[in-house]
Amino acid sequence: MDQLYREAIIDHYKHPRHKGHLPDPDIHYHDTNPFCGDEVTIELKVEDGVVVDAAFDGRGCAISQASASMMMEEIIGMPVEELRQWTKEDILDMLGIEIGPVRLKCALLPLKALKAGLWGLEEWPE
Amino acid sequence: MTTQAPSPDFVQKLAEIRAQFPVLEREVHGKPLIYLDNAATTQKPLPVIQALDEYYRRYNANVHRGVHTLSEEATAAYENARLRIARFVNAPSPKQVIFTRNATESINLVAHTWGRANLGPGDEVLITEMEHHSNIVPWQILQEQLGFTLRHIPLTSQGTLDLSQLDGLVNQRTKLVSFVHVSNVLGTVNPVARLVEAARSVGAKVLIDAAQSVPHMPVDVQALGADFVVFSGHKMAGPTGIGVLYGRRELLEEMPPFLGGGDMIREVKLSGSRWNALPYKFEAGTPSIAQGIGLGAAVDYLNQVGVDWIWEHERTLVRYAYEQMSQVEGLRILGPGPEERGGLIAFTLEGVHPHDLAAILDMDGIAIRAGHHCAQPLHDRYGMVASARASFYLYNTLEEVDKLVAGLEKAVDVFAL
Ligand SMILES: Cc1ncc(COP(=O)(O)O)c(C=O)c1O
Repeated sequence: MDQLYREAIIDHYKHPRHKGHLPDPDIHYHDTNPFCGDEVTIELKVEDGVVVDAAFDGRGCAISQASASMMMEEIIGMPVEELRQWTKEDILDMLGIEIGPVRLKCALLPLKALKAGLWGLEEWPE
Repeated sequence: MTTQAPSPDFVQKLAEIRAQFPVLEREVHGKPLIYLDNAATTQKPLPVIQALDEYYRRYNANVHRGVHTLSEEATAAYENARLRIARFVNAPSPKQVIFTRNATESINLVAHTWGRANLGPGDEVLITEMEHHSNIVPWQILQEQLGFTLRHIPLTSQGTLDLSQLDGLVNQRTKLVSFVHVSNVLGTVNPVARLVEAARSVGAKVLIDAAQSVPHMPVDVQALGADFVVFSGHKMAGPTGIGVLYGRRELLEEMPPFLGGGDMIREVKLSGSRWNALPYKFEAGTPSIAQGIGLGAAVDYLNQVGVDWIWEHERTLVRYAYEQMSQVEGLRILGPGPEERGGLIAFTLEGVHPHDLAAILDMDGIAIRAGHHCAQPLHDRYGMVASARASFYLYNTLEEVDKLVAGLEKAVDVFAL
């Protein structure tokens, strides 16, 4: 259990960073995980190809919400081009826990929203 | 911590029951499995596992078709299972026990056959706000095609049906009242007699979703007075892939067939076909033979233990669990008090999302369900997205309830950080 819920995860869950909305975001993307009802909205401010501010809003389990909160801290200051290349491994490194296939969906929901936003997708192709 | 010391007979009986379920010997994350997800599906006892094994090893053959020995043995075993299942729920005849894949398919069968033949614009189908999706979505699909109105009986804040408007909800336009016997989320045991009487007074038909009652309490389909009763084999110690639709004879006779194919016809000409007699009219194609035989073994096993005993045992478990869980800080139980519910408790724990809770308990070998339990409208009604649920069956123990409660306390601590 201590593996799945290390302190940092619970800390981010209970005290989410950059939670809320940006006044005038350049990128806005909302996504849900229909299986468990997790929700994440991601908003980004981009200048010269670099993320200068970011915020998320959402509700759901500790894994999905901590993943979003940690992601916000990571991405501010990063070039959009680099973030577009982010993978599952980047998120798992960030979370620092091992996750089974079912909960992986929760962990990756913020990444899914981020990437869709960065690529300008209206909706994820199925 | 249990209030009364159980009798030696009881201890012995429970030990014998547990010994019949091989999976209970297993460990999960190094802890003995505590399986509390019985409303989703139950574990299988040796007699059921052996019945499947024996069919495949000794007399695997198609039914109703061959004249060779294996086919005759398979047909006899399969039809004999149907007979014992009919007796288990006191159906007047095995012809009224239609085998389906599960409760969901049984409801869809009624929607597609009886529904298509009997529903149209101006008609109403009445369900409740506590239905499983399987008793909502088939009617919504049909409603789009046939143009009838789908209405529902709302819920009280206590998690029971609000019958104050029943007189208006059941009216001359009502053609069907379709409701769950025991809720898979609230545990509520619904007032069948009252609802059946209301439906009868306007000539409406009644469908009862007995997926969470037939496995746990004595159910007599004739005493219920419903036109249709549905349930799933896998929730009553039987295999997956086999379910039941019980129906009143006259209705089943009148209804058009469901799927077309082999077995369901009496005579096929290229110019047209005639339907087979009950129950085969509704059973097109090669059925789930092993599973039907397995469900027969399951009802024998449940009879041997005693369905009354199972119900009483679950009452003991749910009373105790209700009392113990109520003492966990921040824990909120959905639905009515222990005397008005079946053997399950859905709940939320403040500050801990149900999925996190289920994951934490899993680390202690405790299996519970987290999510909306296929009852989203019910969760919406109480302003929730998801809940956690512990559901009991004959093999669960009071000690397992203690471990569940200890696991909940631990989750509170982990998240108290
Ligand atoms: C009350 C109720 N109705 C219907 C069903 C559907 O059962 P199945 O998935 O076996 O068709 C369930 C099971 O989840 C249930 O709890």
